[in-house]
Amino acid sequence: MLIFSVFKTLTDQQVTVELKNDLSITGVLKSVDQFLNIRLDNIKVLDEARHPHMMAVKNCFIRGSVVRYVQLPAEHVDTQLLEDATRREALTQVKR
Amino acid sequence: MDTLIPFTTSGSLVDCVDRKMLVVLRDGRKLHGVLRSYDQFANLVLEDTVERIYHGNAFAENWHGLFLIRGENVVLLGEIDLDQEDEIPLQQVDYALLEQYTKKDAEIKKRREEIKAQVLFEEKGFCKEGGEGDGY
Repeated sequence: MLIFSVFKTLTDQQVTVELKNDLSITGVLKSVDQFLNIRLDNIKVLDEARHPHMMAVKNCFIRGSVVRYVQLPAEHVDTQLLEDATRREALTQVKR
Repeated sequence: MDTLIPFTTSGSLVDCVDRKMLVVLRDGRKLHGVLRSYDQFANLVLEDTVERIYHGNAFAENWHGLFLIRGENVVLLGEIDLDQEDEIPLQQVDYALLEQYTKKDAEIKKRREEIKAQVLFEEKGFCKEGGEGDGY
């Protein structure tokens, strides 16, 4: 749930999503859901020549289960805060 | 609750309904059609579906019709910019003509993946199972 919250704070930022089929897509993060499905606007595909089917696509929805990595803008992620939040969440789970 | 709507599958797909979309499946197929319905698992209903195959700077289409796609097979759902679509520097050819080439491409790709899995398993200490068969 924590990661979902992190993604929610990153909407309208530029991110790069790498899929398990080695397709990398850069775009503006428009929305994310609980499965970490990702909606990207204004996309650009790395190595477009290898993926000709993506040429006419401007916005896309990526299923969370096929994502390998998401590259986030480092300046918009407070890792210290994230670390603390992770510890806090782990602690509440132990108590339960 | 209203503030959460953009952060649901339904919230992000609602504006794609009745538009021409590209669906990439996990087996590598590319389907073009009009999105008519969807749900939270990204199960999709696609009308007037055509399958497109690509090789070099050519592509070909094969008409299928109405598809209900199970969500687990979906990789990506892309909205097609109709203006940009007319400007693609690719040439449409007959499906029968291109089919053999794309079959060969798929064959080569499959063999390369097998070799890669073999090397990873034997030399790099990875497990044998490639996961859910991500052949796309």
